[in-house]
Amino acid sequence: MATESHKARTGAECVIEGIERAGVKTVFGLPGGAVLDIFARLYHAPFEFILSRHEQGATHMADGYARATGKVGCCIVTSGPGATNTVTGLATANMDGIPLVCITGQVPLNMIGNDAFQEADTVGITRAVTKHNFLVRNVDDLPRIMAEAFHIASTGKPGPVVIDVPKDIQRASTKVPPPKAVCLRGYKPVLDGHPKQIARLAEAINRSQRPIFYVGGGVIAGDASAELTALARKAMIPVTTTLMGLGAFPETDPLSLRMLGMHGSVAANMAVSHCDLLVSIGARFDDRVTGKISEFAPRAIKAHIDIDPSAIDKSVQTDIPVVGHVKRVLRCLLEMVEPRQRTEWLDQVSKWRDKHPFTYNRKTSDMLPQYVIEQVYEISGGNAIIVTDVGQHQMWAAHFYKYTKPRTFLSSGGLGTMGFGLPAAIGAQAARRDALVVVLAGDGSIQMNFQEMVVAVEHRLPVKVVILNNGYLGMVRQWQEMFYKREYSMSRLGLTHRTPVEHISPPPGHTYLPDFVKLAEAHGALGLRVTEKKDAPKTLRKALETDGPVVVDCVVKSDENVYPMVPPGASLMEMVQSMA
Amino acid sequence: MMKHVITAIVENQPGVLARIVGLISGRGFNIETLNVAPTQDPTISRLTIKVPGDDRVLEQVTKQLNKLVDVIKVSDLTQKNYLNRELILVEVAAPSSKRSEIIELANLFDAKVVSVQRNSLTIQMVGEQENIDDFLALLKPFQILDVSRSGVIAVARGEQAGGRS
Ligand SMILES: Cc1ncc(C[n+]2csc(CCOP(=O)(O)OP(=O)(O)O)c2C)c(N)n1
Repeated sequence: MATESHKARTGAECVIEGIERAGVKTVFGLPGGAVLDIFARLYHAPFEFILSRHEQGATHMADGYARATGKVGCCIVTSGPGATNTVTGLATANMDGIPLVCITGQVPLNMIGNDAFQEADTVGITRAVTKHNFLVRNVDDLPRIMAEAFHIASTGKPGPVVIDVPKDIQRASTKVPPPKAVCLRGYKPVLDGHPKQIARLAEAINRSQRPIFYVGGGVIAGDASAELTALARKAMIPVTTTLMGLGAFPETDPLSLRMLGMHGSVAANMAVSHCDLLVSIGARFDDRVTGKISEFAPRAIKAHIDIDPSAIDKSVQTDIPVVGHVKRVLRCLLEMVEPRQRTEWLDQVSKWRDKHPFTYNRKTSDMLPQYVIEQVYEISGGNAIIVTDVGQHQMWAAHFYKYTKPRTFLSSGGLGTMGFGLPAAIGAQAARRDALVVVLAGDGSIQMNFQEMVVAVEHRLPVKVVILNNGYLGMVRQWQEMFYKREYSMSRLGLTHRTPVEHISPPPGHTYLPDFVKLAEAHGALGLRVTEKKDAPKTLRKALETDGPVVVDCVVKSDENVYPMVPPGASLMEMVQSMA
Repeated sequence: MMKHVITAIVENQPGVLARIVGLISGRGFNIETLNVAPTQDPTISRLTIKVPGDDRVLEQVTKQLNKLVDVIKVSDLTQKNYLNRELILVEVAAPSSKRSEIIELANLFDAKVVSVQRNSLTIQMVGEQENIDDFLALLKPFQILDVSRSGVIAVARGEQAGGRS
């Protein structure tokens, strides 16, 4: 109940108080009728506000802010269409376990359910794409709900939380103070792993001849890279990561086997298929990782360390489950595992690695997308924060750039959201002003949220957008080439060779639209284009060294494929290296 | 397919039921019966859900339910020692020629006639689901006009000994 001594605030003020108390430095969003009371208070907010041009953009910005820092990202949008526009961003964050708090305006309580103007059942719509959501029915609950939302978003397996605040609640007044501590009787994440299971795992590691660590985004979320690296080096255990785990373990380390799975390295997939102990650390046995599940690590004892009890045994039965915070569990293991050499196993693994690195045709005079990414790696010295969109370029960004630190590879892994890259990069850059933030985008994906470029320009957020323009929805084209009789149905973006049913009549003088250089310029950014391989290093260097947002349209060879590839449903041993 | 009886102790708040039902039905399970009511603590409700499904999948559902912030505790009672009851109200056609036969049957099942109409009887029965099913099967030939079942409610036996505060 209200402590009389606490001063009265409106609901809108409680929202701002809650955000401030959570330590958020930058909030993203876009106003509308049902949140005007909150925006009225934001006029004097104690934190920075970045106005996106689309609410999906705002959610991805908050997401990028969270991925780059580990802190909770926050966005504020209006009811109805504002709220529905956040759904993709929330689902993206939910799949990857990214902490967000999204505040949505709502029509006044007494109008809910009446199909009022700009009413949407936001808690109903977002239920399946959030970790939790709230509809505030009483302003006295709001200080508590604000605190709970940030707590839920950032603890356990992190995730997005929506707070739907009706307009009359924003205007109502309360004297209830923010709670000193959050106490939720239905929500108590387990932090310490069960000592008996940890002991079993340590013993399994000590006994194992051919162990492997299979590492996911949980190690990054749990801030456990240092512990993982120390453990792997002490016990000499090779490490492979998922897409979400890139950066959790230095890929320049001799123990790194790089990424596994559908587009994983030969070494990683071979090692998983031959290991006698597979320790999954903060990873969830996603189908893009395991391939045919019955043949995934078939001879191995399987152990699984995860903070989320429901991740255990979800798709793969584990022999040694450890529910707990990765950092704590790895610390315990570090004390219990014995130093080892494992010469034989490591020799075998290095043979695979040295014989089958990620590769492409380096001799050709064609400008290949892989080459462009390798140039970005060289020029940035491997020190950039790379943000990707979704498609072939995303996989090449995993192959041809080596990640050595957590939070330097930001990508929509679980949902695979095209259009994630640019807004997420803006959010990351807002949080890490001094970092070199580079978006590796496809020409399809970048068109999905290009409107946010003005945000980068007006806030002087110097993100570099490198478009790998192959004139196709490339990943779709690759699947059609490999599995759909080379019928490129609706995957062509260039104005020639389109599908007959599209009835395209290309405007004279154009072979591709939009003109990304002009588009960049129209948004106030520098636009560059490179079409020849020999010009790429110079243009990319110019782009990366320019002080401000830049878009580089790299017109690359159109029909490159991502290899190796494990066809969907096949086992990891059945990697395809090239088209026959 | 194995039928699972799951009970959940949850916050007594709007939206909680929708979340639980959404989680279960969103994974393609059909909720056979569902019962919810507040406990002796009015801020907490107890749910009893009966769902058919294989053990492994239901274990995953139980874990997912546990993950919900508003869910305080979940148990799958199927493997445990538990009590279950269901209440039904059934209206059965009862011309005077059949009436005593029906009443006799009801008595055998400890069921009670709660309303008498000119051509029908309304009977209340409380019991374990299997007995209820047996009773309804035996009533069937008399022509069941209407039936309303509460769905199963269940508690584990003696687990709370010592008592919740
Ligand atoms: C929002 C969304 N719509 C559709 C898809 C399906 N999809 C996956 S990859 C891809 C093609 C991406 O093309 P582009 O951005 O040009 O990248 P490329 O594969 O050519 O590198 C598509 C359409 C998706 N992942 N996200």
